[in-house]
Amino acid sequence: MTEHLIQNYTMNFGPQHPSAHGVLRLVLEMDGELIERADPHVGLLHRGTEKLIEYKTYLQAVHYFDRLDYVSPQNQEHAFALAVERLLGVEAPPRAQYLRTLYAELGRIGNHLFTICAFAMDIGAMTPMLWGFEERERLMEFNERVCGARLHMGYFRPGGVTQDMPAGLADDIWAWTESFQDVMKDLEALLTENRIFKQRSVDIGAIPAKDALDLGFSGPCLRASGVPWDLRKAQPYDAYDQMDFDVPVGKAGDCYDRYVVRMYEIQESLKIVRQCLERMPDGPVKVDDRKIAPPPRAEMKSSMEALIHHFKLYTEGYHVPAGETYTAVEAPKGEFGVYLVADGTNRPYRCKIRSPGFAHLAAMDYLCRGHLLADAVSVLGSLDIVFGEVDR
Amino acid sequence: MDSALHDLADYLELALGQAVLEIDRSGLELSVIVQRDTIARVLTFLRDDVNCQFAQLVDVCGADYPERPERFDVVYNLLSLTHNRRIRIKVRTDDTQPVPSVTSVFGSADWWERETWDLFGIYFVGHPDLRRILTDYGFEGHPLRKDFPLTGYVEVRYDDEQKRVVYEPVKLPQEFRTFDFLSPWEGIPSVLAGDEKAQGSDKT
Repeated sequence: MTEHLIQNYTMNFGPQHPSAHGVLRLVLEMDGELIERADPHVGLLHRGTEKLIEYKTYLQAVHYFDRLDYVSPQNQEHAFALAVERLLGVEAPPRAQYLRTLYAELGRIGNHLFTICAFAMDIGAMTPMLWGFEERERLMEFNERVCGARLHMGYFRPGGVTQDMPAGLADDIWAWTESFQDVMKDLEALLTENRIFKQRSVDIGAIPAKDALDLGFSGPCLRASGVPWDLRKAQPYDAYDQMDFDVPVGKAGDCYDRYVVRMYEIQESLKIVRQCLERMPDGPVKVDDRKIAPPPRAEMKSSMEALIHHFKLYTEGYHVPAGETYTAVEAPKGEFGVYLVADGTNRPYRCKIRSPGFAHLAAMDYLCRGHLLADAVSVLGSLDIVFGEVDR
Repeated sequence: MDSALHDLADYLELALGQAVLEIDRSGLELSVIVQRDTIARVLTFLRDDVNCQFAQLVDVCGADYPERPERFDVVYNLLSLTHNRRIRIKVRTDDTQPVPSVTSVFGSADWWERETWDLFGIYFVGHPDLRRILTDYGFEGHPLRKDFPLTGYVEVRYDDEQKRVVYEPVKLPQEFRTFDFLSPWEGIPSVLAGDEKAQGSDKT
């Protein structure tokens, strides 16, 4: 038996790789099949969103948020709408708050379905993807029925939402929450106790709570490490303070725990969806201030003032008083924050987008070190990375 | 701003002393401007002090105000999970003065400082690996500065003859349009012309 001296070598993972969840170039320094160092190169999907927003009115800027994390667009809009409302000093009417909460939770379910199924496919299970996407399609139909767009909704606006729910939609969502349970049972049966699935995810990419906090983890990834922190509970916004739900928390902080936390979160989200549908108040869906929210279409046919308001809102937009805010929401991927600086004009002076995926991906090196190459795929899948929000 | 944040502001003023330049209590959120060189010490204090316990550095970003002598703000947003509070720490700098890196205090600062360097050209001293992160390999300039045009300077296209992507200066078929909505007619001044005479006569 002769001894061989094995030297480290670097390997390129991506930028086009089915398990890279988009365009990630991961430069791996390998010792045989062990990862010595992982260096993710991001920015291949950089579109300069923050710069573009500085040249758009506040209303136009809403639509850039859909395109960040395109798996759960409404949750991003939510953060921006709340930030602008905070600077304007207005609050959305109760019905708008409930509608937003309802759709934010539907967005969360859709996002977690996508993540769980894509994660399962990354580590070898094909079927969940096919079954999960059928349900995701239902959710996108609900999106379409409420605002006309399946993905890039533009539904949550500063001051409320664009339009009310059409008749019958609430009943259909309720019926879906019941039929969806069967699919969840199937998914659990396929994955949760699956031997292959567990071998690929238990004890892989584990991170203790202390390091998770230090590395800026948030959302399900932080909760999987055992930190019971959820912005919906801790700093409730919109109708979350009236909702009754639990925050699932993991123990080990590994890939499997992140999966389990998401599975439980879907159940909690379903609870919130049902509570929203049950208690949905009547009333307007945007603030009663014509300087912020446009007048109804019918009124514009007869009222000159309404027409002027409409014209001014869609050309000049509204002026936001000077000030700055950091407003965050619990997006499905974690804490999604907007640091907004207004200078009193109709356009944001600076809009920094704090995306949860950016912090999670930065921890790739920490999580992958010493693991096998195949585990890098597992870690990446469990972190729930979407490059729209990482690269901005 | 609620009373708990007021108390925190008073406490920080006492505890940090010279390091604090300015405390903004006017808005809903607490914002503190500190001296540039003390940032690592201030963040360590905020993380470890029992009354603060800001265990998470949520975000680091830059902001550009070209009309100021020190044109850049570096903004650190912190979150305390124990006290359920947020705080914003800022330091000021310009394009030559470096800012001490806080990667040794918070691991999450690593990529955000790289991003701030990439987009604003703010240099962080002591950062282990200060490379560009979001822009292209070999990109020139710092795109989020206010004097960087929205259209950029170069555009890329795939050249079929050379079989590779080539960089060319930006050519716009139509001039880039920005509309100035800051109308001189906007708003009625709080004192109408001539009214000051009426108020003046009251006093005499």
